[in-house]
Amino acid sequence: MAVEIFKEKYRSQVREVVLGATKEEGGTRAKTVKVGGQTALPFLHFEGENPNRPVVAMEVWDIVPEEWPANLKGYFEDVYDDAAAWAKKCVEEYGADLIAVRFKGADPDGKDASAEDCVATLKKVLEAVDVPLIVYGCGKTEKDSKVISALAEAAAGENLLLGVAEQENYKIVASAAMAHKHSVIAQSPIDINIAKQLNILIAEMSTPLLDRIIIDPTVAALGYGLEYSYSIMERARFGALQGDRMLAMPCIANVGQEVWVKKEAHISEEEMPEWGGQVERSLAWEAATAMALLQSGIDILVMRHPEAVKKIKSHVDELMQDNS
Amino acid sequence: MGLTGLEIFKHLPKTNCKECGFPTCLAFAMALANGKTSLDLCPDVSDQAKEALSSAAAPPIRLVKVGAGENVLEMGDETEIFRHDKRFNHPTAITIAVNDNEDIEAKVEAINQLAFDHVGQHYEADMVALVNASGDAASFKAAAEKAAAKTEKNFTLISADPAAMEAALEVLAARKPLLYAADKDNYEKMTELAKAKGCALVVKGENLDELADLVEKIVALGHRELVLDSGSRETSKVLADLTQFRRQSVKKKFRTFGYPAITFTTKDDPQEELLQAGAYIAKYASIVVMKTTQKEVHLPLMSWRANLYTDPQKPVAVEPGLHIVGEVDENSPVYCTTNFSLTYFLVEGEVDTTRIPSYILSVDTGGISVLTGYADNKFTGETIAKAIKECGLEEKVKHRKIVIPGAVAVLKGKLEDESGWEVLVGPRESSGIPQFAKAQFA
Repeated sequence: MAVEIFKEKYRSQVREVVLGATKEEGGTRAKTVKVGGQTALPFLHFEGENPNRPVVAMEVWDIVPEEWPANLKGYFEDVYDDAAAWAKKCVEEYGADLIAVRFKGADPDGKDASAEDCVATLKKVLEAVDVPLIVYGCGKTEKDSKVISALAEAAAGENLLLGVAEQENYKIVASAAMAHKHSVIAQSPIDINIAKQLNILIAEMSTPLLDRIIIDPTVAALGYGLEYSYSIMERARFGALQGDRMLAMPCIANVGQEVWVKKEAHISEEEMPEWGGQVERSLAWEAATAMALLQSGIDILVMRHPEAVKKIKSHVDELMQDNS
Repeated sequence: MGLTGLEIFKHLPKTNCKECGFPTCLAFAMALANGKTSLDLCPDVSDQAKEALSSAAAPPIRLVKVGAGENVLEMGDETEIFRHDKRFNHPTAITIAVNDNEDIEAKVEAINQLAFDHVGQHYEADMVALVNASGDAASFKAAAEKAAAKTEKNFTLISADPAAMEAALEVLAARKPLLYAADKDNYEKMTELAKAKGCALVVKGENLDELADLVEKIVALGHRELVLDSGSRETSKVLADLTQFRRQSVKKKFRTFGYPAITFTTKDDPQEELLQAGAYIAKYASIVVMKTTQKEVHLPLMSWRANLYTDPQKPVAVEPGLHIVGEVDENSPVYCTTNFSLTYFLVEGEVDTTRIPSYILSVDTGGISVLTGYADNKFTGETIAKAIKECGLEEKVKHRKIVIPGAVAVLKGKLEDESGWEVLVGPRESSGIPQFAKAQFA
């Protein structure tokens, strides 16, 4: 019997967003990275297009990541006091598609690096690697407004992905993106209505910016609420395909940041023999969190462990194989 | 039931005898249509009518069972494409393969050891898949004997040879294993065996077309306890096939694909197996057969399975009351939060990181989060004060200081009044607890 393949019919598609800019486009990247553009649910190649594979950004800090467990820190021991060298290693040795620079050093309760210091670091990283960059502040709103504005201005034309615009605080980051031709991460707290509302607010500032937004729905680690993020993503992606233009953006997930602070990534086998060895377990925790989010439609994974990155990229190769 | 009242009414005796408790057969039919009563209450409904009504009311994906006694594994009976539309019902059975020509006892014991307590839940591997790798019926039977003695778990028997299958069944029939598999060459014998022993049977096709044909032939032979294998083994193709099974049965009511689905990992590296299996779990697999018994990958895999199959409408809650982290004494800090599982375990994890033994008072908010609980008047000065009194904290600690989540700092005054305790306003995010504890309690 000839089974008729059930192909869902969609009304619309996910927007395609370009990250980075080449010399012709006003930047210095060797090539740009495109995300989004899907016309069907994740990896269902038999009923639509998945023109851009999900990509992995590796996280680099502007200070030494003291709290990272030894098995993770070990990979970067030779470079983690030099963000540029660290970024270079991630691209050349570990295959990062993008670099996400997190300016933790700017934290007023920590090193309190100035906006100028951050700019200097960014310039070194821009010089060291030729992949598109994502930039995050330290998580303290007031300081980040200064830092992100300064970074955006200093790297005008590079089409950085600026993190983050939130519902309560989006104007500064959105303006910086508008003024200096960058893209924006629009972050919402595991709430699909806020995600949509934020995009509407940004659109009110600048309609063209709608094609330069990446949604961050906020992801929770495996075991700590991952399914909430997963379902928000599924709803948003399905909504996008059914015609909701305010949810039709590619999406980003801060996997590394969520996973590596959890008990499962740290606790030793001595303390918890039933859970096996910390080295394999922590790697598995990050990879599994990323795997689940890929199924829900995440386009950019921000990750830390080089082995997890490798496994996930290989997994993506398989998922991108045609199944028509 | 999926039928309308009128459609059901056509099959009823129309005597209005009132035995069912309804005034007329039509009223009874309407109630049946709304799932408000049971067809059993009608004394005169014909067997023909029962058959017609039950098959129309049957779930789009059949409920298929493996095992007997206390240890029955249920699969199928799913109705959703997305978990957020309602929920997924029967978590994927994680199954580990054991070859009949390897060290059976060691491998089965390793499977038995895959048991974890994690964020208040308990996870285990579900089935042992015994593989007739030797190709020999006697070896298969001997392996079945060894394996059966070593575990209480359910079995899947993997052999293409009906004779070998029959031999293993001499040992395991009473435990109602899943039989893998009927294919185009052996389906008549396999179906006969499955029917005779009352076992569920996997149907394997080279592709979807061949599979559909085979399912219909087997159903015509009178066996419906089936599980589907589309024959694909490449990750992307398996996902596409699983999607077809789910969509066709749920959306098109295509009964031929209305059965649970089995998948197999192909990777040798346990970390890669984890990703492959995890994707299959996400996309509707009822069973995933794996090779690895490595704890480090099974804990996250089972955690993912539990997360995916959580009912979105009934978030998991923890036992309210006093919880202990570490070797507490009368001077240990006291934190409070709600009994929403996610909230509680985030707080517990961070408190654990502080390395300062502490108490956590989990206030009963009906399992909802801090902010929702506050908005709903379940997490208030009064409810927290009451919880303090009820859990006997005042006998356990000398001090009278309690830390509340920063998000509900507004409760400080009222809670102090109600409880007589001093309230410390903690960080807004649980991730701030380590720094807070260092400043306050170190």
